[in-house]
Amino acid sequence: MSRAVRFAPLALFVLLVVSLIWRLSTPVDPTVKSRMVGKLVPDLVVPAAFPGQPARPLRNASCGPVVINFFASWCVPCIAEAKKLAELKRQGVPIVGIAVRDRPEDVADFLARNGNPYAEIGSDPQSKVQIAFGSSGVPETFVIDPYCTIRHQHIGAIDEGDVPTIRKQWEGLRK
Amino acid sequence: MRWLAALLLSLSAVALRADSNLPPAYWSDRQLPDPRQEAQAQALMAELRCLVCQGQSIADSDAELAGDMRDLVRRRIAAGERPAAIRSWLIRRYGSWISYRPTAEPAAWPLWLAPLALLALGALLIRRRIRLRGKA
Amino acid sequence: MIAEAGLAALWLAAGLAALQLVLMIGTLRGATDAGRAMRVIALVQGALTLVAFAMLLLVFATTDLSVALVYENSHSAKPFLYKVAGAWGNHEGSMLLWVTVLSVAGAFLALFSRRTGERTLIAALGSQAALALGFYAFLLIASNPFARLDPPAFEGRGLNPLLQDPGLAFHPPTLYFGYVGLSVAFSLAVGALLTGEVDAKLARAMRPWVLGAWIFLTLGITAGSYWAYYELGWGGWWFWDPVENASLMPWLAATALLHSINVLAARGALKAWTMMLAVIAFSMSMVGTFLVRSGVLTSVHAFAIDPERGTFLLGLLAVYVGAAFALFAVRGATLKEGAPFELVSRETGLVINNLLLSVILGIVFLGTLYPLLVEAVSGEKLSVGAPYFNSVAGPLALLLAVLVGVGPLLAWRRERRPVLKQLTVPALLGVTALAISLIIAPRIGILPRLGLTVAAYLAAAAILPLTGRNPLRAPLATWGMVVAHVGIAVGLAGMAANAAFTQETLAVTKPGERLAVGPWLVEFSGVTPTAGKNWTAVEGKLLATRGQGLVTLKPQTRYFTDPPTATNEAAIATFWNGQLYTVVGKSDGEDGWQLRLWWKPFVTLIWLGGALVGLGGALALAGHLWRLRRRHGASAEWHRERYA
Repeated sequence: MSRAVRFAPLALFVLLVVSLIWRLSTPVDPTVKSRMVGKLVPDLVVPAAFPGQPARPLRNASCGPVVINFFASWCVPCIAEAKKLAELKRQGVPIVGIAVRDRPEDVADFLARNGNPYAEIGSDPQSKVQIAFGSSGVPETFVIDPYCTIRHQHIGAIDEGDVPTIRKQWEGLRK
Repeated sequence: MRWLAALLLSLSAVALRADSNLPPAYWSDRQLPDPRQEAQAQALMAELRCLVCQGQSIADSDAELAGDMRDLVRRRIAAGERPAAIRSWLIRRYGSWISYRPTAEPAAWPLWLAPLALLALGALLIRRRIRLRGKA
Repeated sequence: MIAEAGLAALWLAAGLAALQLVLMIGTLRGATDAGRAMRVIALVQGALTLVAFAMLLLVFATTDLSVALVYENSHSAKPFLYKVAGAWGNHEGSMLLWVTVLSVAGAFLALFSRRTGERTLIAALGSQAALALGFYAFLLIASNPFARLDPPAFEGRGLNPLLQDPGLAFHPPTLYFGYVGLSVAFSLAVGALLTGEVDAKLARAMRPWVLGAWIFLTLGITAGSYWAYYELGWGGWWFWDPVENASLMPWLAATALLHSINVLAARGALKAWTMMLAVIAFSMSMVGTFLVRSGVLTSVHAFAIDPERGTFLLGLLAVYVGAAFALFAVRGATLKEGAPFELVSRETGLVINNLLLSVILGIVFLGTLYPLLVEAVSGEKLSVGAPYFNSVAGPLALLLAVLVGVGPLLAWRRERRPVLKQLTVPALLGVTALAISLIIAPRIGILPRLGLTVAAYLAAAAILPLTGRNPLRAPLATWGMVVAHVGIAVGLAGMAANAAFTQETLAVTKPGERLAVGPWLVEFSGVTPTAGKNWTAVEGKLLATRGQGLVTLKPQTRYFTDPPTATNEAAIATFWNGQLYTVVGKSDGEDGWQLRLWWKPFVTLIWLGGALVGLGGALALAGHLWRLRRRHGASAEWHRERYA
């Protein structure tokens, strides 16, 4: 049996152990990032959250820069996030909200309790818009540039440290 | 090795987390009327990974997003779209991770080459063990 | 007091393991002659760990809430069976079970191994002690099952209802006897590599151990698959989940080892391959334990994870497997193989069997770890699931199944008879099955269709070794082989039938409505609320008929409060030709309920096949042990001929 054959199992095992050590030291990140960052916003028309208001096509003459926030009345972290979104609104950042899997009355209730930071609110009862964005949960926030391209994705609730980041991202996209 | 709580909690259990008040999407739990299309849809759903319960396919997962994705798959197949196109569309949004079937990207080539490579390697290792007729 | 006794027993056992290792090194170097002493020490070590485990069982049986483990995993209201089973239903307790099986196996090795060379046995006992030492250290340092809780708790936390299932209670011990039983094969291989005594005698000594462990693995995996099928409510029986694969890999290695051992025992050949497989089989057990407890792979089956413990286990793994592979690398050159095998001979058949099983093992291993490797190298995330494993391992398994029909018909050394003629009938049966499947089911996939074909062929071919002679005079080992190979055919038929003929009906149904699934007409009578000891449920009532008779099925969705979860309890009705599998799901907000119905023709053959394979193994083991007892001391020549 040649030396190569005899030592091969050991060599392969060393490789395996090295990868396992790597994996133990870099914990698994279960978030699924959207691949739509850098691509055009989906060509969808999002119905309004409240009846009687017009639907809004995502791609139009004045795409952005704008911040799109996916939220829901049943989403617990969204409650804390609402305050940070209000802060962003105070700083002049326009935010479009899209309520995922929500009824109008529940959305209204949520906004009444937690404040309404949104310039407009759309409805996504079957997660179609969410899936088209490559988003995998709520809350998630996207920053869109004036050319209808998704430039940034923020997964999870926005906290103190994220407010200036998003503000800068939005500012940087203004013509 | 399969017996701890986490195992069962994730698979058969629907953790009573915050869920929406809406009923499931129409096509998330109904079969398409055309059996061929339904079979195509089911085959595709078994190969798509659930984004929420990450150890299951969307066919088996109770998560709402999984239900919505099943609805999306069925609608598109009913509209005549091919399963491969739907899978590509989803991969363009979530990356290859969402497909249980490894894609044709270069990162996955070793997987497809492995069986042949292993067989060839094995044949090489045993070539001296077997006396083929005609050879001394 | 009891807990402290258990802990003390564990420390003593660890000390003895260290002593055993030292004595082994001393004896092999000629500094001392401690063969008998080592045997006694091994026995005492086994007894001590049994005592420790018994103490753990006792504290769980009495729900001693001053022990932290009992507090975490038990509850005074648990039924007695589950109180006791809770002892191994957690990380620390299961590691104690692992160590107990390890050291008791070592004790049995010391007691019953008469056929191995003395030096090899001593080396093997030392190896076994070395293995145990690492795991004792892990237990005592990082996973103490007997840690006290001060002050004692008032009530336990572990009333998880999902764990209170008889299948789940007995699943771990069955599998552990298998995984850890393979440690003996590992130790014997390591011992033989150290002493250089790799020969037929070693193979015959290893065989009963490998068979025994393999039987437990086969039955444990089969039972686990069936449990998952009926309990988890999605109608599938194998998902190629990383933890499932972790349990399959030792089995694949052990199956290859089992057959390789036969060549080593009969012809003294395939030394290197057999030793390597013996090392790999237990290494796979350890890799599996690591994967499942470390959080390294995403799986529904992964335990609550502690990266520190994962690191410790990785350390043990690196040391043990690394040392064994290094030993093989260094000593492999001394393994001299004999003359090549004839092309048409049983040896060659078994070599090809080895090759195919090893390739399948390699594929499952690569597929399971590939996402991790890719992410480590490039940061990219990809998934490898059922489509890959089925399309790659499936055809190889089918090819293997075809060869399973041929191999046993071949003689050792050289087959001169026209063996293929004997296979005419099985081949015709296969072709008939293929033709029938084309006629009655033109649209099924190619793999299931081939599965049905090969299953029909193999069911007939596997019986051939018993024909042409008086079956009652055939050795028990031959019967075992036949039964196990028939079991493969039966299991394959079940898998193929399930893939090809399962019909599913999924609909939102209002009470009074009827659904059709396969030949069945199922009427939904509505749902009623019910309750059990610690759950409330929504129970659906279904009336099913396929012409005559009426079957009532009551699937439930159960809601538990502690912890808050919901589970699907499928209602399954079993018939001779299949199972009707029903699940009730969510409400649509009005009066409709989501129903999922399957008609699965011949699905039970899957697990019946697995049971037959295990039974075949048991028959073969009985045959070998009986013969060992009767012919203790007979010549090697006689054995070589009889093992044909």
